[in-house]
Amino acid sequence: MKSSVIVFPGSNCDRDICVALEKMQFKNQKIWHKETSLPKSDLIVIPGGFSYGDYLRSGAIAGKSLIIREVIKAANAGCLVLGICNGFQILTETGLLKGTLLRNKNLKFINRDVNIKVTNNKTNFSSDYKLEQVLKINIAHNEGNYFTDKNNLEILKKENLIAFKYCDEKGNITEESNPNGAIENIAGIYNLKKNILGMMPHPERMIDKTISNTDGINLFSSLLNH
Amino acid sequence: MKITNKIIENHGLKKEEYKNIQKLLKRDPNFLELGIFSAMWNEHCSYKSSRVHLKNLPTQGKHVIQGPGENAGVIDIGDDDAIVFKIESHNHPSFIEPYQGAATGVGGILRDVFTMGARPIALLNSIHFGSPTHPKTKNLLNGVVSGIGGYGNCIGIPTVAGETKFHETYNENILVNAMAVGHTKKNKIFYSKAKGIGKSVVYVGSKTGRDGIHGASMASAEFDENSEEKKPTVQVGDPFTEKLLLEACLELMKDDSIIAIQDMGAAGLTSSSVEMASKGDLGIELNLEKVPCRENNMTPYEMMLSESQERMLIILEDGKEQHARKIFQKWDLNFVVIGKTTNSKNLVLKYDNNIEGEIPIDALASKAPIYNRKWVKKKVSKNKFDFKKLKKIKLEDALLKILSSPNHSNKSWITNQYDQMVMCDTVQRSGSDAAIIRIHNKDKAIAVSVDSSANYCKSFPSTGGKQIVCENWRNLIAVGAKPVAITNCLNFGNPENEKIMGEFAECIQGIKEACEFLDYPVVSGNVSFYNGTNNKNIYPTPVIGGVGIIEKLSRPINHNLKKIKSSLILIGKTFGHLGQSCFLKENYSIIEGMPPEINLVNEKNNGETILNLIKKNLVLSAHDISSGGLIIALSEMSMSSKIGVKIEKPKMLRNLNEYFFGEDQGRYVIEIDQKNLVEVEKFLKTNNIYYDNLGITQPKYFEIEGEMKLDINDLFKINEQWYNNY
Repeated sequence: MKSSVIVFPGSNCDRDICVALEKMQFKNQKIWHKETSLPKSDLIVIPGGFSYGDYLRSGAIAGKSLIIREVIKAANAGCLVLGICNGFQILTETGLLKGTLLRNKNLKFINRDVNIKVTNNKTNFSSDYKLEQVLKINIAHNEGNYFTDKNNLEILKKENLIAFKYCDEKGNITEESNPNGAIENIAGIYNLKKNILGMMPHPERMIDKTISNTDGINLFSSLLNH
Repeated sequence: MKITNKIIENHGLKKEEYKNIQKLLKRDPNFLELGIFSAMWNEHCSYKSSRVHLKNLPTQGKHVIQGPGENAGVIDIGDDDAIVFKIESHNHPSFIEPYQGAATGVGGILRDVFTMGARPIALLNSIHFGSPTHPKTKNLLNGVVSGIGGYGNCIGIPTVAGETKFHETYNENILVNAMAVGHTKKNKIFYSKAKGIGKSVVYVGSKTGRDGIHGASMASAEFDENSEEKKPTVQVGDPFTEKLLLEACLELMKDDSIIAIQDMGAAGLTSSSVEMASKGDLGIELNLEKVPCRENNMTPYEMMLSESQERMLIILEDGKEQHARKIFQKWDLNFVVIGKTTNSKNLVLKYDNNIEGEIPIDALASKAPIYNRKWVKKKVSKNKFDFKKLKKIKLEDALLKILSSPNHSNKSWITNQYDQMVMCDTVQRSGSDAAIIRIHNKDKAIAVSVDSSANYCKSFPSTGGKQIVCENWRNLIAVGAKPVAITNCLNFGNPENEKIMGEFAECIQGIKEACEFLDYPVVSGNVSFYNGTNNKNIYPTPVIGGVGIIEKLSRPINHNLKKIKSSLILIGKTFGHLGQSCFLKENYSIIEGMPPEINLVNEKNNGETILNLIKKNLVLSAHDISSGGLIIALSEMSMSSKIGVKIEKPKMLRNLNEYFFGEDQGRYVIEIDQKNLVEVEKFLKTNNIYYDNLGITQPKYFEIEGEMKLDINDLFKINEQWYNNY
């Protein structure tokens, strides 16, 4: 399976996601933001970081960059797209995913391991997880407070587009287990066709027991097996 | 402009120093030249008061590749790997503008590390604030923590360890010390020594603005009530540009285009050009009209003294200009040839071909003033304090009091604001004795820790100096690392005061003794004097940052208890030393007595034995015993793992408070699997280690038999509550 990782100036999780993809046997390459065409890929990943310094608004400038036009084209043609953290913010800026990411409720950067629940395991990104499986995944962001309007929230629910929800160790969706104030504890969402996933938690940080756990592996293996 | 006494004084130069300048130049300096002298001769850049003492520190060792004198120190960690590291202060700017001050402190120390060719892999910090009740503290604390996080998180280097302390001595002068650690290959280390004549001097990175002009001079003076007016001298950081600069520099460093490279830190373009020329025994000529400027009509004076961030000066090999320019253009960074090396041994500053200033390089560097300042020895206090007379206090009450105090409360509300995981090599995050960072793609790691003990240093500086080195050494041992070398950040008051200079001299003496005995050399460091306001000096606060090696990453050790019914052993002898202890401070508000003595022989033997036990896979968890004594160490082990302990009372009749809260040095608690107990005890005896069997681990309760029994969750809540209520 061929993957492309888009690298913006200020991306800083690009190496981490490349390590993860290569470890999982993807044929991976990095694509610099000034490129005007994308190689044929089965998966495009927009990594975490602070693209263009997150100046103006996180993801705003990247959402208008040269390479992102190609990403949009590919996504509309059905290519799988994964946006992690800043990548999720960029995808909402492009409109490929609905809603937006506001500043964390406590107005501070948050880095810690949180529990999230798999709320849909019938997608190309999640088929190797069990439904309602609780994962422990690291988050690291300033703006992860997902917000969307009532209409879209209804659509997300009706079409089963919510990918992950913040929860406690046992899988209960509670206010205390919501780290950033995201509406209905939403940690990640799909587009209507479910070929695009945006998520705040970092699955690439959870593929190695020496540093954390292996709860992120099944996301990549799902993609491989699709 | 005529150089008046007022102008000289405003440049922080003493009358004698000005006379010296006239002598070296054989004429009066012009305004630009005066500014350059002031930037190079201030305490921050010249180390004029500290140099005579610093030269006594041990800086050599079999692992040392580069000691002090470069942008950062370099050590050999086996194979072809080298670790580059340094700590630096950004105290004064952070007090005036906490967010930017702290952020640019991080940015500056990162540049010191990647200038040497290393990719930064970890950030650490030591931050000291005034009393939590002081009106400025809360704002400073929030600003500094966000600033440290803001920079490190954005550039994408994990902030993995640190310490945060509160004491009224820092009410009007906080300390912000940042340490960076990088990794490179042994054959890919870059230095700042210029070589060759007529080589291009290239300016790369951000444009030059009017920020930070005379920052280094500000850092070389005490504060007074007008310090707020110094806000414009604080630099503004841009971690995004630094990320680009980092990647561009590392890309250029892949081949051998660079002869010398130096970041523009304190005193910006001035110190970077002078240092490179001075090390290479060359001259340098700059055409200032070529300097990329952010603002219009900047004068040569402003350009030379600006401390705008995210800039570097590079001396390139002939014929490499096009290649280098391409890389920096790719990263959208300025790349301008602004001058060349010469054989004149002068710094020549031109603007549109007019010579604006010309100074012999040695006048700025090797001939800068050096002072052997007067100092007095610390006297041992004669009034003996009788600790026996203290009002009785229950063990449990004293423990809870300490755990809920600002200095001992859980600091995750700080560390959760730092990205500790980016780069995916953080094996042990904050909260343990030391952080562990894996060497990328390898099965080995380094451990890092920063430590300070200002109250010990204040009460008896030479013991205090020794103690910090030992505590830092112990922290690395406790995670299974072999300590290799240190960097130090020496935060002191006004060196013109004999007592303060005495504190400095004696702390250095203590650091030297411990480093020599433990074979733990100093490879880099920074001195920050004039920490004080209106003649009130801070406590002497040397900060030690240590790096150790973990050769095989098979099983990292930390202080989290691992299982129920394992044995707990206290390594090292307990005398019950309560002088300068946090038991007395938190429970009785008494700050009396001498700090605990250091026995370097036991320190070394205990540490090396623990390391051997860990290597033999006989230790489940380990924790060093420091402030608060044995009971605090045990409670930390319990709280981090949610596993309880059942501790027997000491067999010999003793004062329980002395036993549990004493701060005797060279001690550790280790957790041992029952089945290995006999083997471990035998090993300890063969190695002449004094130890006590403390008891066992158990579910749920933190218990001292017959004295106290508390639910760990309650302990945890008390430990966490201070900040939530702050």
